[in-house]
Amino acid sequence: MQGGAAALAYRGRTASIGFAHGPFVRVDADTGGERVAGSLVEEALALRKAIDTASGQIAELAAIAGGEAAQILEFQVALLEDEDFIEEIFAAIGEGDAADVAWRSALDAQIADYNSAEDEYLKARSSDLADLRDRVIMILRGGGGQAVRIPGGAVVCADDLPPSRFLEIDWSGGGGLALLRGSPTSHVAMLARARGIPMVVQLGAVPELGATALLDGEGATLELDPNSEQLRLFEKRREIHRKSRASARAILRRPTALWRGERIKLFINIQHVDDLAHADGQYADGIGLMRTEFLLTERDGLPDEEAQFAAYDAVLRWAGQRPVTIRTFDAGGDKPVPGFTLDGEANPFLGIRGLRLCLARPEIFAVQLRALARAAVRGNLKVMFPMVTSADELEAGRKLFADIVQRLQADGIAAMLPELGIMVEVPAAALAVSSFKASFFSIGSNDLAQYVLACDRSNGALAPLMDPLHPAVLELIARTAEHGRRAGISVSLCGDMASDPRCLPALLNCGLRELSVTTSALAQIKQTIDRLGSGGGLG
Amino acid sequence: MLDKADGQIFSGNVRLVHAVGMHARPAVKLTKLAKKFEAQISVRVEGAAEWINAKSVAKIMAMRAAHGSTIEIKASGSDAEAAVAALVKLVETDFPDEVS
Repeated sequence: MQGGAAALAYRGRTASIGFAHGPFVRVDADTGGERVAGSLVEEALALRKAIDTASGQIAELAAIAGGEAAQILEFQVALLEDEDFIEEIFAAIGEGDAADVAWRSALDAQIADYNSAEDEYLKARSSDLADLRDRVIMILRGGGGQAVRIPGGAVVCADDLPPSRFLEIDWSGGGGLALLRGSPTSHVAMLARARGIPMVVQLGAVPELGATALLDGEGATLELDPNSEQLRLFEKRREIHRKSRASARAILRRPTALWRGERIKLFINIQHVDDLAHADGQYADGIGLMRTEFLLTERDGLPDEEAQFAAYDAVLRWAGQRPVTIRTFDAGGDKPVPGFTLDGEANPFLGIRGLRLCLARPEIFAVQLRALARAAVRGNLKVMFPMVTSADELEAGRKLFADIVQRLQADGIAAMLPELGIMVEVPAAALAVSSFKASFFSIGSNDLAQYVLACDRSNGALAPLMDPLHPAVLELIARTAEHGRRAGISVSLCGDMASDPRCLPALLNCGLRELSVTTSALAQIKQTIDRLGSGGGLG
Repeated sequence: MLDKADGQIFSGNVRLVHAVGMHARPAVKLTKLAKKFEAQISVRVEGAAEWINAKSVAKIMAMRAAHGSTIEIKASGSDAEAAVAALVKLVETDFPDEVS
């Protein structure tokens, strides 16, 4: 709270970088006022009308949003059209419940049922139901059946925001999103980053009232009704951000990143083929990590060989001569995949995940390996296995892979065994790195840190302990890099550390000369290496 | 409509190959297809105590049919035979997109 008594500043966590200065708008769904219930007939009519209105609104949203978002919304429409489900609610109204009370208790029962499920997929659906519950209640309470009017460029503040509400807001005039709760990994955060809307989450308590707001997605701050001094500082930060982006972009175009005369190779991580649409990707030295889990979640059913081959081939074509490292399915742990991963593990992070799971489900793994073997002849492909503990697992994976290549070739199908490497994320693998006959190593610093520090990385309460710069983590990174240097094997790092400028000096000092970063961080990382190399600080 | 043939019950069994089991998207597709028929259609996970209305998405979801389970379908009414055949095909072919 610097710069004046009237000024209010709140700090949260960054979900999407950028700056927004605009009217402050609270959009919490609860209009507060209780409805006055009418007669039984009036209540039944009111609910029928609200359901029709909601149904129309959602169908409209789905039509605009398309794709995955439309499918999420389709389930809500189906529920509104479910006569069995709706009839029970009308029955409750017939027994004297008010429309909103009957509706809420039916939806709450469903939500509780979904939340009690073991299945993560079903649990995730409960937020869709809450979205639907609140929409109908808002209409019943005379919410006008319309979305809250939000002026262009507004800083929208809510407790949390479901994807459907985000999509309803017109972001074409800029603006930002400030959430009291929420998470940087939520659906909404992904939408915000994709649209370049600054977003700060976990702000805690923020007053209901405010005329204007400053949202700094980089510093993760929200300032309400700023005084002139706050405004001046905000504009200064915004300007620095803009200039830094501009100079980073100039450096980005240089052919190589140099640090004390040594070339630092910079690769990008992608989650999805569509990520290659980011313009900065073209300046990367290749793809250091292509995750393949999206193939498991996006479609109905596990992806067939052709769908996988098409995805791998598209990425190889994009890369041309540059290397592309594809990681085999890394499911399990905090990434459950219904029908693939095992339910009911007491400690999934230490359970059947990564390569362990693939070796346990060879029928699913074989399809991926076939697609990869066929893709290997189309470009500069490398394949790596995640979550490897012992050299025997690498060899078991290699044998499966080699057999598949042999069978494909016997059938006259073009295929080859690509270079095989492993992720170094299990401490045992880092300590015994020389026991692996791998063509390359890629350090997965997120999991490595979680295992070395004994901190569940999904547990926010442990955030202060979860320090990737802990000497024990750096020691393992340095040992792995040193082994690579002596044995002439490439070692890179593809965890979040590589995309964090503050970690760069330590990583370079550990001996790493290859990093794989998120595409949006490429310019900044290249710029930071340039500054460090020329004796400058982090700037 | 009171013809005796209408009282006949048709049934079929089909294994759920969908990777995530009977979740939102498959459930929406199944109920949408079921609603295209006049027939009364019920489903259950093989051996379950209760039959469930195939036209209710909430109940289909609550059924929690897992990957690899067998779904029993039965129908009665004018187009019951076609309804069973269509639903079996939908599940068998893993809920292709064109059906929606």
